[in-house]
Amino acid sequence: MSSAQIEIQLIAVVVALACAIPGTFLVLRQMAMISDAISHSILPGIVIGFLITQNISSPILIFFAALTGVLTVVVVESITKTKLVKEDTAIGLVFPAFFSIGVLIISSQLGNIHIDTDAVLVGELAYAPLDRLIIFDIDIGPVSLWVMLGILSLTLFLMIFFYKELKISTFDAELAASLGFTPIVIHYFLMSITSLTTVGAFNAVGAILVVALIIVPPASAYLLTNDLNKMLFYSSLIAIISAIGGYWIAHLANTSISGSIATLLGLIFLFVFLFAPDNGLISVISRQKRQKMEFTLLTFLIHLKNHSFSNNNPPEREISHLTEGHFRWNKSLAKKILDFAEKNNMISIENGIINLTERGEKFTGEALNFILNNETSKLEDMNERFLLFRG
Amino acid sequence: MFEYLNLLLTDFTIQTITLGTAIIGLTCGILGSFAVLRKQSLLGDAIAHSALPGIAIAFILTGVKDTLLFIIGASLSGIIGAIWINSITKNTRLKSDSALGIILSVFFGFGIVLLTIIQRKPNANQAGLERFLFGQAATLVPSDVIVIGIIGILSLILIIIFWKEFKILTFDPQFAKTLGYNIHLLDLLLTSFIVVAIVLGLQAVGVVLMSALLLAPAAAARQWSNKLGTMIIISAIFGALSGIIGTAISSTNLRLSTGPIIVLIAVTLVLLSFVFSPSRGLLSRQLRYIKNRKSMRLNKTLQQMLEIVDSHEDFSHPHSIKLLNDLQGFRKKCLKELENLGLIKIQLNNWSLTEEGYKKAKSI
Repeated sequence: MSSAQIEIQLIAVVVALACAIPGTFLVLRQMAMISDAISHSILPGIVIGFLITQNISSPILIFFAALTGVLTVVVVESITKTKLVKEDTAIGLVFPAFFSIGVLIISSQLGNIHIDTDAVLVGELAYAPLDRLIIFDIDIGPVSLWVMLGILSLTLFLMIFFYKELKISTFDAELAASLGFTPIVIHYFLMSITSLTTVGAFNAVGAILVVALIIVPPASAYLLTNDLNKMLFYSSLIAIISAIGGYWIAHLANTSISGSIATLLGLIFLFVFLFAPDNGLISVISRQKRQKMEFTLLTFLIHLKNHSFSNNNPPEREISHLTEGHFRWNKSLAKKILDFAEKNNMISIENGIINLTERGEKFTGEALNFILNNETSKLEDMNERFLLFRG
Repeated sequence: MFEYLNLLLTDFTIQTITLGTAIIGLTCGILGSFAVLRKQSLLGDAIAHSALPGIAIAFILTGVKDTLLFIIGASLSGIIGAIWINSITKNTRLKSDSALGIILSVFFGFGIVLLTIIQRKPNANQAGLERFLFGQAATLVPSDVIVIGIIGILSLILIIIFWKEFKILTFDPQFAKTLGYNIHLLDLLLTSFIVVAIVLGLQAVGVVLMSALLLAPAAAARQWSNKLGTMIIISAIFGALSGIIGTAISSTNLRLSTGPIIVLIAVTLVLLSFVFSPSRGLLSRQLRYIKNRKSMRLNKTLQQMLEIVDSHEDFSHPHSIKLLNDLQGFRKKCLKELENLGLIKIQLNNWSLTEEGYKKAKSI
């Protein structure tokens, strides 16, 4: 590996971490799209900062641009407060307006200087090491690496320092308010960090990758765990893997690094989305199917119990009743439920008449008890105890 | 202005571009109304980004730059993005904001990967692809406008055919379900129309500004009407106007690119509507507030007068104005206004309730 390659990967990892940490809180607070808005609406701030400083990585420019990001949030919130439109509509209106202003200033003031709109959107990580930070004639590495390291340390420091406040205000805003942490302060603190990170990263990786790095790792992590600490850890891990993996994909396929990192993030998310143990698509769908089967079984057993006392051979207990009588199930469902009930030793069938077994009686009785006492949440436990085969 | 009108009458290119952006604005205005009302505002942004890989793949597969082909590719990948977003919000604990952000950034990133690969090919001429990314209305040619026009008219006809279904789906999907409509299919159909409108709009304003072109006309129109039909017509007019005015401004000043100008015009329309809408606007809201405050103050003063008057048998007995000075919220101006309304009489330093004033005070 050449030193430029190492530097690129370092920058990618630092950017990824700096994005994933505030991203975790944004995803939990359901404000992920605000990062998309910020990443676009910083353009006029960058342009104005550039007009003033004539230097794309000057701290003043970063400050101006970050301020525009926070301004976006303020504008969105004041529009939402009028109740004339919903928050998402306000977001969708404000950032294109800001971006348009940026584009117009560029086209009317700057001619062909090297900020153009597609660089802001797409970015090119491969060029990041070209801009060196030189102090006292000593080359200490790429500027963007130091900028992002600075932002990452600030984020880490603030997050560790305000961890409790962030956690409580994210999960229970009212509790936080009653404990005396002003939610609005925490909110703007998070917005400022997001804005600063976005601005710092745009030059190296482009707006879209910033959005991907802020949202995708935490969203994937959220499907894997319920614990905030673990979520932060997983999301950092995914961020690092995709930063390094994305770089090598781009290297092998000779294509855009930002794009490859975003694509790899997408593949990781797709994998988690499908296969996550409790919250993945496959697990969710099979759980729904199982619950539906078990619910239908319970309905059927309660029906049997209901008719077990009436007389010796009530039509309600005949097999044909399932397809013709009260239930009107189709044949395959009726067969499935009968098999399911028999397999679990809940019923016995003699001459086309269905009887509850002792086990079935006990199961149904307990279930009815829970239902009548409004304790339906205990049904799942009961299924766990009774059923030999789950639905 | 005059210069532009002259151009509009004589210059064929300007006519083409103006017609193109007007149709695009109109289509986006109509379908944007559904997006706004169904609380899918940011779907436009996500779909605009997720159209990119479709365009790139269409180009890779066929090797030709053709507007219709790009529209088909973009729409397909936009619809895939929309379906995935829907599946994420429906089946996992992630909320729509995360789902939108994931699809938006990942699809766009993948699109960039494909574009970079295309760029490296020797025969690639990327100009046509760029148009979808950043929107260059100025490059619209008559054949593009014909394609855009036909698609626009087709989706308009389909919306009229499915009007009742879409209306119920928008305002009360549960009710639509109980009526026996297949709401999943209807939802997919309406979303597909929105995707097509977005893909058309990409050519005028590009990926980033697309969400504003879709939302702004609808958000503005929403302020002027509470009826879906009226709102959609107003929204279509706003959309077309933004396209026409935006093209006009940028065609007379070549340094201003069309897309951002169109968006800024549309957003200006929104701001104007926010302020000046008669029923919901901020201005009328403020006026109503001032009026209410004034009538509250008068009523309060009148009530306080009644308390003083009630201590006396004859309600028309005059009392000193000084008595009122200590009361909370009392202002000299109130006396004058109450007198003008004929509710009290003032003689020198005394006031008394008129019969009308007494009745009104009793009724508060």
